[in-house]
Amino acid sequence: MTRRYDVIVIGGGHNGLVHAAYLARAGLDVCVLEARPLVGGATVTEEIFPGFRYSVFSYVVSLMRPDIIRELDLPRHGLAILPLESTLTPLPDGDRLYRDADHHRTWREISRFSIRDAEAYDDYGRSLFYMARAVKYLLDIVPPDPASLAPGDISGMLRLGRHFLDLEPDQLHLLAKLMTMSSADFLEEWFETDVLKATLSASGIIGTFLGPRSPGTAYVLLHHYMGEIDGHFRAWGFAKGGTGAVAQAIASAAREAGAEIRTDAPVARVLVQNGRTTGVALANGDELRAKVVSSSLDPHRTFLDLVADGELPDEVVQGMRGYRFRGSSGKVNLALDAAPDFSSMPGHGPHLRGAVSISPSIDYLERAYDDAKYGDFSREPYIDIVIPSAIDPGMAPPGKHVMSCFVQYAPYELREGTWDEKREAFGDTVIDTLARYIPNLMDIILHSQVVTPLDIERTTGLSQGNIFQGELTPSQLFFLRPIAGYARYRTPVRGYYQCGSGTHPGGGIMGAPGKLAAGVVMKDLGRGKGRRGR
Amino acid sequence: MLLETPFHPRTAPLCRSRRWRNWSGYASALTYEPGHEYEYYAVRSGAGLFDISPLRKYEIAGTDAAALVDRVVTRSAFDCPVGMVLYTPWCDEAGKMIDDGTVQRLGADTFRVTSADPCLRWLQDCALGMDAAVRDVTRELAALALQGPTSREILERVVTGADVAALPFFGLTGGSIGVAPVTVTRTGYTGDLGYEIWVRPENAVGVWDALAEVGRGYGLAPAGLDALDVARIEAGLLLKDVDYVSTWTALIESRKSSPYEAGLGWAVQPRPGRDFVGSRALAREAAAPSEWGFAGLEVEWPHIEKRFAAVGLPPLVAGRASREAVPIYAGGKQVGYVTSSTFSPILKKYIALATVRREFARPGHRVKFELTVEFVRHTVPARVVRTPFFDPVRKRR
Repeated sequence: MTRRYDVIVIGGGHNGLVHAAYLARAGLDVCVLEARPLVGGATVTEEIFPGFRYSVFSYVVSLMRPDIIRELDLPRHGLAILPLESTLTPLPDGDRLYRDADHHRTWREISRFSIRDAEAYDDYGRSLFYMARAVKYLLDIVPPDPASLAPGDISGMLRLGRHFLDLEPDQLHLLAKLMTMSSADFLEEWFETDVLKATLSASGIIGTFLGPRSPGTAYVLLHHYMGEIDGHFRAWGFAKGGTGAVAQAIASAAREAGAEIRTDAPVARVLVQNGRTTGVALANGDELRAKVVSSSLDPHRTFLDLVADGELPDEVVQGMRGYRFRGSSGKVNLALDAAPDFSSMPGHGPHLRGAVSISPSIDYLERAYDDAKYGDFSREPYIDIVIPSAIDPGMAPPGKHVMSCFVQYAPYELREGTWDEKREAFGDTVIDTLARYIPNLMDIILHSQVVTPLDIERTTGLSQGNIFQGELTPSQLFFLRPIAGYARYRTPVRGYYQCGSGTHPGGGIMGAPGKLAAGVVMKDLGRGKGRRGR
Repeated sequence: MLLETPFHPRTAPLCRSRRWRNWSGYASALTYEPGHEYEYYAVRSGAGLFDISPLRKYEIAGTDAAALVDRVVTRSAFDCPVGMVLYTPWCDEAGKMIDDGTVQRLGADTFRVTSADPCLRWLQDCALGMDAAVRDVTRELAALALQGPTSREILERVVTGADVAALPFFGLTGGSIGVAPVTVTRTGYTGDLGYEIWVRPENAVGVWDALAEVGRGYGLAPAGLDALDVARIEAGLLLKDVDYVSTWTALIESRKSSPYEAGLGWAVQPRPGRDFVGSRALAREAAAPSEWGFAGLEVEWPHIEKRFAAVGLPPLVAGRASREAVPIYAGGKQVGYVTSSTFSPILKKYIALATVRREFARPGHRVKFELTVEFVRHTVPARVVRTPFFDPVRKRR
């Protein structure tokens, strides 16, 4: 007899697990099916080289919703977030820009370049605080569709309108600019120092196939600033044990609530009868029955791969085909025999516990994008570096380190050759670039893992290796994520839902899509009240 | 001019923040870095190294040493074998707390007592007619607390002549760090796996250097009193003159606390025939409990957030631990007061130590915590919970 569940969740990434945990807590019989031998999706820690633990894909935490951490009691399940407080931008001439939690020191550092900028820095921080506060509201609601006349949509739009009308006029104007401008232009309104603008604008290009001068990137910048830790906006942190520890904590909470989690259980397709789902078929041929199936995979897989042709209306298929992934980034994870020694900031200082950004100028970043536009990986890439072992001693043997390097741009579609052919050259380019700033690097590398967009796709299933399950540009946000008409977590197939980063409010280790979708599922099943998430 | 501890040559250059507090007349770092977050997380994720030299230390020797300690403290000193340590309060005749600290049993007839404030006269007066010499060794012993999950691994690599790995919770051993003889106790004020290292002042710097050198690979950071304050509240540990007032400084009766009222009833150990200072009063109190009790509180964070959000602010309570007394209400009446509170970064909860009317001290009770937001007083719900709030398995294992 086939086992029958209330809900089957496809994909054991952080959103699938959050989704499962909330539904299991509501008393539903939930099963999570994960293709890989370990849960986490792109939120995994793996010991690829003995003794060294890599956060293979995602590497820092900020966006994880505090209500989820609290409601699932994740600290009790082992979640601890360590502070990430500084950013070092080394410059090719040996100079640097260093910012940390010491307000006055940061002021002095920026003022070496421009006293005006040092003063504008506080103003900029305040402005983004207002923006994050305004947008935070959106993170906790199911997006209403402005084109719909359904009562839920209309009342949602009214609440939304009221929320934004409460903003001061200059804040509303700034928000409109954020949604439309490029990050370079947006930052131009405050700053004149190139390296400062470049480093700040880098947050606007992460995970996106756009350059700092492309319109729309200012929003991505905000997306990276609206995270909060312990009530502080813009705070970033390391999950103790790597980002995989986040997934492990959520999985533990889900299991405690009664959810079953099966690994090595890839799903081949979603079973549909008369427009309603009846369960899933696994790759090994087994079939599992369920009233509800929720997919945390990206929209392409959710709509086009898992559901048979003919079950979806044409406009959905068309809409999905136009949905943009365009993976633009890769990673290089390094095992190091000693601490990296930066020529711009030698020695063992607190800067090793922060981020290091290879983003010396806006032109540098834009040129890196130029290469990618025409199908090459950047010859001089933007690199966002963290050294988790500098704050979390469990990540590497004593005295040794792991260094995570997020690299952009690495276009999924190469003009020439394949990623399998170019992987080594890509890794060499990254290491050569780093070595210009870290003179001892070549002598201390024990192991390197090069992760191309193709590797991200192969390992995690993220289409085209896009880390957000689809770009976070204004045309693919809110009631347009993933496509108009299906932003409220439902699909054209009854009983089949979406709960991944391809839905509102998008990617990053946030968990909000999983939780909001769980609210919709519970409402449809008549369990509890249809919570708006607060 | 504040005194310098024997570790000052090392701590002073590390203290980038230049934030020092007067701890018993010594300059003691509040933080080394501009903020205490990293130092706090070192305690919970790697290891924090605290200079605790300003603690008062007394050595008691003589054939009646055990009898003297047993007479002074509320726990039974005879229950403490050689090589073990007791945490205990001690009281006046009325059963009100004077101080609290640790009692190390160095030998059959040798003890070392630590306290927050001077106690020599009290200890000597209690020893009247006994063969027990009490000596103030505060300035003869420097001390470090090495606290956190990697503290054991660090010590194992640094200490010779002792099996640190085998040292039980509240155990004590002699050993060496380099050429320096040390005492290592598995004690601390953070509620985590941790040790305290007792060393002669002339060897202090060498011990610091050895720990810092090896500790580098284990996430060791020098940590100050701000980080310690958050950690000790999470551990539910009391601070004298904050969570209770010594009977010697209270001035008025209502400020005094008995161990029962301070949540230390478990440390009152009457034995048949045992006569310790305050035992009669405490026996009376055990039979007819005081109207006051101790409570750990978890304040409902979403309500705090909501109160701040209503005026457009993020919750401004996160950050340092607070020693502000805050009223606690139930049914519209004040039923107690919070003495210490903090946002717990590891638990993601706002927690507090409180003195409340006994009927509200039981876990599960719901009370209201006064919260001032933008100069306006509100109350937010809180729940009485068991302490320690944070109690990792590694602490005892």
